[in-house]
Amino acid sequence: MMTKRVVCYINQFFAGLGGEEQAHVPPSSKAGTMGPAMQIDNLLGEDAEVVGTVICGDSYYGENMEKARVECLELVSAFGPDLLIAGPAFNAGRYGVACGDICKEVSERLEIPSITGMFPENPGVELYRSGTYIVPVADSARGMKNALEAIATLAGKMIRGEKLGAAEDEGYISRAIRKNFFHEVSGARRAVDMLLKKLDGVSFNTEYEMPVFKRVTPAPPVMDMSKATIALVSSGGIVPRGNPDHIRVSSAESYGVYDISKLDDLTPEVFESIHGGYDRVWANEDPDTVLPLDIMREMEKEGVFAKLYDHVFTTTGTGTAVSHAERFGREIGERLKKDGVDAVILTST
Amino acid sequence: MRLELHRVSVRNVLWGDTTKVEDGTLFVNKEEMLSVVRPDERIAKASLELARPGESVRIIPVKDVIEPRCKLSGSGEVFPGFVGGMETVGEGATMVLDGAAVVTCGPIVAFQEGLIDMSGPGSAYSPFSETCNVVFIAEPVEGLDQHSYEAALRESGLKLAWYLADCCRSAKADLVKAYEMEGPVRESALYPHLPKIAYFCMSITQGLLHDTFLYGADMKHIVPTLIHPNEKMDGAMISGNCVSACDKNTTWHHLNDPIVEELYSRHGKDLVFLGVIPTLEDTRLAGKERTSWFNANLARMLGADGVVISEEGYGNPDTDLCMNAAKCEKLGIRTVIISDEAAGTDGKSQGLADATPEMTAFVSAGNVNEMVELPAMERVIGFPESIANLSGGAEESLRKDGSMFVELQAIIGSTNELGFSRIGARWV
Repeated sequence: MMTKRVVCYINQFFAGLGGEEQAHVPPSSKAGTMGPAMQIDNLLGEDAEVVGTVICGDSYYGENMEKARVECLELVSAFGPDLLIAGPAFNAGRYGVACGDICKEVSERLEIPSITGMFPENPGVELYRSGTYIVPVADSARGMKNALEAIATLAGKMIRGEKLGAAEDEGYISRAIRKNFFHEVSGARRAVDMLLKKLDGVSFNTEYEMPVFKRVTPAPPVMDMSKATIALVSSGGIVPRGNPDHIRVSSAESYGVYDISKLDDLTPEVFESIHGGYDRVWANEDPDTVLPLDIMREMEKEGVFAKLYDHVFTTTGTGTAVSHAERFGREIGERLKKDGVDAVILTST
Repeated sequence: MRLELHRVSVRNVLWGDTTKVEDGTLFVNKEEMLSVVRPDERIAKASLELARPGESVRIIPVKDVIEPRCKLSGSGEVFPGFVGGMETVGEGATMVLDGAAVVTCGPIVAFQEGLIDMSGPGSAYSPFSETCNVVFIAEPVEGLDQHSYEAALRESGLKLAWYLADCCRSAKADLVKAYEMEGPVRESALYPHLPKIAYFCMSITQGLLHDTFLYGADMKHIVPTLIHPNEKMDGAMISGNCVSACDKNTTWHHLNDPIVEELYSRHGKDLVFLGVIPTLEDTRLAGKERTSWFNANLARMLGADGVVISEEGYGNPDTDLCMNAAKCEKLGIRTVIISDEAAGTDGKSQGLADATPEMTAFVSAGNVNEMVELPAMERVIGFPESIANLSGGAEESLRKDGSMFVELQAIIGSTNELGFSRIGARWV
C-alpha cells in the first residue's frame, strides 16, 4: 500500500510562535511536521507520513471565519492529503472551533476523512461532531500523550481502510448517526440483562437515549371563523390517481401540492391512497375519509368559514424521517402564510 | 404446568411420496399437503415450492412464517382457535420440526409485505434463510376482498404447518426440553428473594389486516390478560397482520419467543418469571389509555418488580410503548423496552415517533430505514414485482436484473422486536 499523506492543522501556540499575543497570526504552512505533528507522524508508522502542517492563529480563525476557512483549505489542499488531523484542542474553545471547522470543510470539499481531539465540553464538539471525527481527550495539554495515541489509532484504521465499528468502540464522540451492527448476543438477552441491572441499581448503558422533542408554541386560536381561510394538509397519503409525483409509500421524502379549487368531493376515479402504514380499503372506496374535502366544501357553503384554500398538501406519514417532516412543515407553512391562510386542518393516520 | 418440546431436526427438505422425516430430511408429498387446504372457495390457485438455506432463492411477498408443531400429549392441539379447539394448551408434549417452516406467500395488502433471501447479504437479516421452507402460494378468486384472502392464507398456513408435524409425529426427537413452571403466586413464594419479572408482549391490533389472535380471539377486542409462557409454545398467539415485514412478529417468532426463552432459562436463578401479558396496540387514544392502565395494573397485581416490554411495529405504537413505560415506572415497576428505530435512511433522524423520560432502558432492534443492497437471485418464488409496493421499497428499488436497493424493513424478521436477532443500532 502506498504511504498515505496526512496533513496536520495546529494553532500558533503549538507551532511555537507564541501564546495569546500571537493568536492573530494568519494561516501559513510548512512542509513536514511541526509541534505535535511530529509525534503523530511517529505514531502513524509506515502506514502514513505527515507531509505538511498548516498553522493558524485562533483569533484570526475565530474573527475571520469565512476567510480563514478558505485560506486554510487551500493550504491543506496543496499538500494533496488523504487525511487531515487537527489539534488536539483540549478545552480551548476557539482552537476547538477552528479545528472542527477546518475538519468539516476539508472533509466536505476534499472528500477525505478528518480527525480532531477535544475535551467533551469544548464548544467545538456540539458544533462540529457531525462534520468530522472528534476523539475525546483531556482538558489540557497534560493529556497530550494519550490524546495523540488515541487520534493516531483511529487515523491508522481510516488510512488502512478498515471498517469502523460504533463510535464508543472506536473511541470518538458520535456524529449523532444511527447504524446497524450485530451484537454478541440477542436483543432479548440484552434486555433481560439490562433490566436486572436497573433493578439492582447497577449502572447500565441504554442503547438509545430518549430524544428531546422540540416544543413548538401553537398559534393563537382563530377568533372569527366566518372570515377565516382554511387549508387541508394530510399525511394520510391521498394523491391523484397514479401518484404522478411518485411520493413514496413509506419514508416519504417529498410532498405533493394539488389543486382542488374545482372539486367538491374526492372520488376513487380521481384520487387514491398510497400510504404504506394502514390498510387502504376504505380510503380507496372514498378518499374523503382521510382528506375530508366533501365536508369542508359543505361547511364553506354554509359559511362556517370563509374559504377553503385552493390547494391541498399531501404526503405519507409512515416512517417519515423527522428531518424531512420538519422541512415539509416549514415550507408548507411559509406558503400558506404568504397566501393568507388562517388555519390548517391536518389529517393524520 | 409442564410442557416438553420434542425437537426433531430438519436440515433438508425434498418432495417425496410420503410426508415424513428421515435422518434430518423432511420429505413432503406435495399433492397430499395441498389437499389439506382444498377445497377452499376463496382460493383460485394454490401451489407449493421449496426453498433451502444457501440456495439462490428469494421469496416475495411473505405473509407469515409458521413452525410445524403438533401435540403429542396433553390437552388440546396447537394453534388453538384455528387448528386446535379452545382448550388451554401448554402441557404434555409437543413435537417441533426444528429447522422447517411453512411460509405463506401472496400479494394481499400490497404494502408492508416482505421478502426472504435464502443466500447472499440479505440472508443475514432473517432467521428464515436458515430454515427449510415449504412455501405456500395462493392466489385469490376474482373479486375476493382482502380480508377474506388474508384469512384464507392465515388459516391455510396454520393447517399446513400442523399437517407436516402431524405426519412426522412418530419421528424420534433429537432434543427434548422440559419447560416447567407454576403460576406467579406459587413461583413467587418459592423464590421470595428474586426479582419478579413480567413480560408485556405488545401486538399489532389495528384492524384492517393488522391483527393478532389469542386462542382465535381477535386481540383488538380484548383487554390485556395473562397467559402461561407454555401457551405461547403451543401457538396461543397467531399473527394475522401485514405490518412492516422487518418487525412483524411472525407466528414462528411467537412460537420461538426469545424473551420467553430468556426469562424461562433464568427463572429460579436470577429472577422469577411471572408470566406473559399479551397486550394490544389500539389505534384510538381511549384504547391506548385503557390498555396501558390495564398493563400496569396487571403487573402490579402480579407483584412485578420489573417488566420486559416488546413492541410490534413502529410509528403509531411508539405512543403505546411510552405510555406502558411511564405508567409502570410511576408505580415503581422498572421497565426495559425492546424496539426498533425509524432513524431515516441516513441514520440522522429521531428513531421513535414519541418519547418519554421514563424510558431509560432501551434495547435497540435496529434502524429499519438502513439501506441494503440485495443481489438478484436465480429463482424468485412468488411475485417479484410486488417490491414496488413494499414498505422500504419503491418502484426504482427493483432493477431489471432482479437486484434491489431497499430499506432493511423489506426483509422479514430483520428488526424483530422480541429481540430474536443480535442486530441493533448504535451511534457512529
